[in-house]
Amino acid sequence: MFEISPAEWTAILLSLRVAVIATLVATPFGIALAWLLARRDFWGKSVLDALVHLPLVLPPVVTGYLLLLTFGRRGLVGGFLADYLGIVFAFRWTGAALACGVMAFPLLVRPMRLSIEAIDRRLEQAAETLGAAPWKVFFTVTLPLALPGVLAGMVLGFAKAIGEFGATITFVSNIPGETQTISSAIYSLIQTPDGDAAAGRLVIVSIVLAIGALIAAEWFARRATQRLHGN
Amino acid sequence: MLRVDVEKQLGEFSLSASFSSEGRVIGLFGASGAGKSSLVNMIAGLLRPDRGTIAIDGEIVDDTAAGIHVPTYRRRIGYVFQDARLFPHLSVAQNLDYGRRMNGLAPDPAQHKRIIDLLDIGALRDRRPGKLSGGERQRVALGRALLSKPRLLLLDEPLGALDEGRKLEILPYLVRLRDEANVPMVYVSHDVAELRQLATQIVMLKQGRVTSFGGVKVLT
Repeated sequence: MFEISPAEWTAILLSLRVAVIATLVATPFGIALAWLLARRDFWGKSVLDALVHLPLVLPPVVTGYLLLLTFGRRGLVGGFLADYLGIVFAFRWTGAALACGVMAFPLLVRPMRLSIEAIDRRLEQAAETLGAAPWKVFFTVTLPLALPGVLAGMVLGFAKAIGEFGATITFVSNIPGETQTISSAIYSLIQTPDGDAAAGRLVIVSIVLAIGALIAAEWFARRATQRLHGN
Repeated sequence: MLRVDVEKQLGEFSLSASFSSEGRVIGLFGASGAGKSSLVNMIAGLLRPDRGTIAIDGEIVDDTAAGIHVPTYRRRIGYVFQDARLFPHLSVAQNLDYGRRMNGLAPDPAQHKRIIDLLDIGALRDRRPGKLSGGERQRVALGRALLSKPRLLLLDEPLGALDEGRKLEILPYLVRLRDEANVPMVYVSHDVAELRQLATQIVMLKQGRVTSFGGVKVLT
């Protein structure tokens, strides 16, 4: 009864690829931004903070449309990338990854920022007195101590990315095999007369992935507390 | 060895201290709030003086007039904090090795063994800081600072967080350190008995000013 068809597999694998790439590319930016927001005071910080959270509160269709305007073939950035670097986002799976990355970014950054804020800065001072330059302090003390939060952010971001729908379908449409993720496949299936069973199977896959991600994030959070207490 | 002539305004509190010492252990004595920690943090480079100079071992590390401020990590100092501050994500052995690695020094098994034996911390090597007692933590912190081969060791109330019994347990190690480790120290404390045992010279601080300077006998 629970037999996943090749077409469904295509959507599942595409979703996984899109979410994995989106998460991996977003992570270094997420860490840098989390550090900046946790540790630095600068002009325009609250504006930057609001900007990062914007995809969380904006209607996804608006985010998708803005992405289309910016990264579409005739968009300001998209045109440049296509002409000079040969990178095309519009109606490609890469565009889906971009949309998912942007939508997942606020969720990805938040646990990272919290875990960096929770680090005892006196430990970083101690590292400095032992001869560690600031970038060494970051990689030997700050980042390892923040690692559980970084992983938790990656898991949450991944879970958001794999379920993203509104911005993706607006930006890159719903092309089977290229931009049709699990969510857009479900959307198509429930509009077809006999699609209920297939949609049901993809719904179950989505639920399993989401719950798995939440459990993983919880586990990382618990590891974080243990780590900070030195056990 | 150490020359300090600094001024610093910290909110309502103003610190103005000047002394110069060749002593093996300079005891920085004063009540809490006298400015001892601020002074030590300036020597460490964690706090920047508003005006003045600091020289360690002949090298000027702070000179506000000349715009010199050597960052902490290039001062080659060791710092033992009241709260040990061991890295919780590293084992004791990795904590001990941290300074050597960060300074790019070659392994020195002889020195390593000497300090581990001196502080009696060989048996703790594979443990995590979270599993150590307060006294053990402080001994590891001492070892970690010494193994980075500092030219000056700063100790800010290293026994402050320990109860009486633990203090008596650590004190002999500090005496041995003074006599055998060959690293000049600045020892901060508000405890007269501790300084009598350890210090060779005393700088007395009161409300941000040096009120007396000299041998241990100034501790009356």
